[in-house]
Amino acid sequence: MKPTDTSNPEYYHKVVDCQYACPAHTPVPEYIRKIAEEKYTEAYMINWESNVFPGVLGRTCDRPCEPACRRGRVEEEPVAICRLKRVAADNKGDVKALMPHAPFPSNGKKIALIGGGPASLTVARDLAPLGYEIHLFDEQIAGGGMMRSQIPAFRLPEEVLNEEVNYILDLGIHTQFMHYVDSLKGVLEQDYDAVFVGTGAPRGRDLPKLPGRQEADANIHIGIEWLASVAFEHTKKIGKKVIVLGGGNTAMDCCRTSRRMGGESVKVVVRSPFKDMKASPWEKEDAQHEDIDIFDNHVPLSFEVENGKLIGMKFQKVDAVYDDKGKRKLIPTGEPDVFIEADEVLIAIGQENSFPWIERDIGLEFNEWEMPTVDEVTFQSTNPKVFFGGDAAFGPENVITAVAHGHQAAVSMHLFCEEKDLKKRPAPFTKLFSTKMGIHEWAYDSPVTIDQRFLVPQAEKSLTLVDRKKEVELGFNLPTGFKEAQRCLNCDVQTEFSTDLCIECDACMDVCPTSCITFTGNEPEEDELRQKLLVPATNKSQDILVSDTLKTGRVMVKDEDVCLHCGLCAERCPTSAWDMKQYFYSVTKAGSI
Amino acid sequence: MTYLKPLFRHPKLPKNKLGYTLKEYEGSISTLCAGCGHDSISATIVQACYELDIEPHLVAKISGIGCSSKTPAYFLGNSHGFNSVHGRMPSVATGANMANKNLVYFGVSGDGDTASIGMGQFVHAIRRNLNMVYIVMNNGCYGLTKGQDSATADVGSKSKAGSINPFQPVDLASLAVELGATFVAQSFSGDKQQLVPLIKAGIQHKGLAFINVMSPCVTFNNNPGSTKSYDYVREHMQATGTLDFVPEEKPIHAEYEEGTGTAVSLHDGSEMKLHKLAPDWDPEDRVSAANAIQQARLKDEILTGLLYINTEYGDLHDIIDTSDTPLNTMKENTLCPGTEKLDTINAGFR
Repeated sequence: MKPTDTSNPEYYHKVVDCQYACPAHTPVPEYIRKIAEEKYTEAYMINWESNVFPGVLGRTCDRPCEPACRRGRVEEEPVAICRLKRVAADNKGDVKALMPHAPFPSNGKKIALIGGGPASLTVARDLAPLGYEIHLFDEQIAGGGMMRSQIPAFRLPEEVLNEEVNYILDLGIHTQFMHYVDSLKGVLEQDYDAVFVGTGAPRGRDLPKLPGRQEADANIHIGIEWLASVAFEHTKKIGKKVIVLGGGNTAMDCCRTSRRMGGESVKVVVRSPFKDMKASPWEKEDAQHEDIDIFDNHVPLSFEVENGKLIGMKFQKVDAVYDDKGKRKLIPTGEPDVFIEADEVLIAIGQENSFPWIERDIGLEFNEWEMPTVDEVTFQSTNPKVFFGGDAAFGPENVITAVAHGHQAAVSMHLFCEEKDLKKRPAPFTKLFSTKMGIHEWAYDSPVTIDQRFLVPQAEKSLTLVDRKKEVELGFNLPTGFKEAQRCLNCDVQTEFSTDLCIECDACMDVCPTSCITFTGNEPEEDELRQKLLVPATNKSQDILVSDTLKTGRVMVKDEDVCLHCGLCAERCPTSAWDMKQYFYSVTKAGSI
Repeated sequence: MTYLKPLFRHPKLPKNKLGYTLKEYEGSISTLCAGCGHDSISATIVQACYELDIEPHLVAKISGIGCSSKTPAYFLGNSHGFNSVHGRMPSVATGANMANKNLVYFGVSGDGDTASIGMGQFVHAIRRNLNMVYIVMNNGCYGLTKGQDSATADVGSKSKAGSINPFQPVDLASLAVELGATFVAQSFSGDKQQLVPLIKAGIQHKGLAFINVMSPCVTFNNNPGSTKSYDYVREHMQATGTLDFVPEEKPIHAEYEEGTGTAVSLHDGSEMKLHKLAPDWDPEDRVSAANAIQQARLKDEILTGLLYINTEYGDLHDIIDTSDTPLNTMKENTLCPGTEKLDTINAGFR
């Protein structure tokens, strides 16, 4: 195999599993170290730069980083990355002083943002300091989009959301709330240089054909609409017996909100097996903790109505059967149908996009699923002036993905307004520097703790179930936050190998606790080389680092898979052929073009 | 600033027949200089014991004084250990071996501990053919006292400070062959492929298995002009042959070129398969072994691999015909049978 090209910015980036998995590529280990150093303000700002809503995401993120965390491959549980973000947000000092301050000198360009959710707000934050005049339109009473209307206050307190939305709006954004844009054509006819559409996936799926749907309509609600209605205080109570249909996070929010609105017997009924439910495992746990029963493998058959009023629902019991390709089929078990009593039903079986307000004759193509044609890199539609992001671009995802889209769309819009090539994306900003401070001394905490993941404390159920706005999770206190932060393996401190310095004493190979390093003869094929290592490198999602040919004709091969970044290889190297170098990778934002 | 080895290991680390991974054979983290050859030898001992499925508590490590003699702290942390007086490792090993013949004995020594202060003990341990693996971690200098030339430093070898060694070296391998050692091998700390099977064979060999391992001192003797540096040893190594250690129950059928393959059976039924590289050399012939070493020396080569083996000659227990039951497992009344028995014995001498 050829030597690994570590000058490719993506090589070391990929080693930082959490950062690589994060759609916005937040420099996770860097801010976790700041938390351990009690520098909460700095930790917050690293997050704010990258993911814009640290306080919100520290409570509600889907956490794609955590399943990727290397710690989960060497022990049971990953680092509680998400909740550490909250530690930074809860304990920060004056961050406003560190943010850009309006007014900014105008660059003469004007931009419209349609929708006031995370994607639009990210575009606003990235472009406002560059002098753009930004107009934001949203039908709600305040900014935040689905973060406001769909995420219940017991998971995300309104103050936290307001604070972070206002950091952006304070950058001199012209807001037009309570303003439903009903024509994109109308917007394009005005003098905007570019338009961003971040209108989300606003339509909740229904079950229009299920028997009884019409008759029982008064007591059946679409999940996201109902959550919004609760958030804006139009709905104040629900029946005692509630069925929530669906197995995603919206279903979890619906059932938990129901418990706070008067629902005493709340049941979640889902077609798929429990393990296949789309909801995050921790959300399912939280729901069950609040005495909510989850019935899996139940397919809805009908809404049962008596005297014109909903009395419950009928379900068919099924088994999930998987074919060779892993495709699932739900086969009826033959057991009698199940009747579950209910006063009200919430349907939370998914969301879809809806663009009734976009005319089809403005050069903006739609595909067969009525989705706009959007470039996956530039987020530009077929109308060059119009950009999409967030759920509006490719269908429902999550907040952190919307933020990532926002950054890229902002880069594109800036390039577009400067009449530059949108396809020439700026390279990421990277830094690589040694952490060596002396003998046995590194600029990072190299020892690896054996602590297991700490649990986030929760408020008493007796308090949270009676107050819709009472936050359930209390967040880590500072001592626990510190201990959890110490579980981070500092994967951004890279093991850099210099072939020309190595004297092949094997000390690194002998000392490596996780047997990552092997000196061996090279092989032409990667698969063969992977098999020759001390412990064969079978996890192909992780790269192997291959050195140039050494004096004896061998090569050094390091399997990145379970490297603890403990620095012992560098510690035991007599010639500093190994060095522990901190790698900083930041996705280029519009501001640094 | 700290220096601890993390407790996590590779989750897919293979297990041996006892269900142990390499972790169960490791010791504490080394405090020797980074890159010390001795650490590689420690790792090799760990590997050999792991591969032979040896219960760690059935191993005793005995050492003298010096950098080499510190290493038993860095391997086999679950085994018995005795860090003895300078050059007196063989005496302690003899005593332990006499009391309990059922353990695997590692005698770990250095060039100073063996070729200088411990020479007398070394010679007699060989003469008695004590059942142990006697490893010399040979770096040609006194690393613990800042790198003075040792008795194994080659004449003409240059020290780090620039002085040339004027004395003839003690050639431990030749000496061992000359003294009638029953297993003599030479190797290099940087060649685990050769050293692991040698140590495994040494463990299985009944009698004293002497292994002289060139082990560069990175701090004081790894400079140009030294004959014990990584570069010099690599350039001047000449292997007698490649060696496969074949445990009793797992026969392998290796293909050897006509006339180059030799199989040597050990006492326990296991076998060593040698693929000879050196011509006119027979590992079971003492004269040819001595010749091969001398020939290599004339050419400034370091002959490595198994040099000589004799499986006929018994170990110390066989020679003095001790009891099959180890002394340490005997009850007091067996060990001290009483005055009557003593009188009978004494009467036998009258």
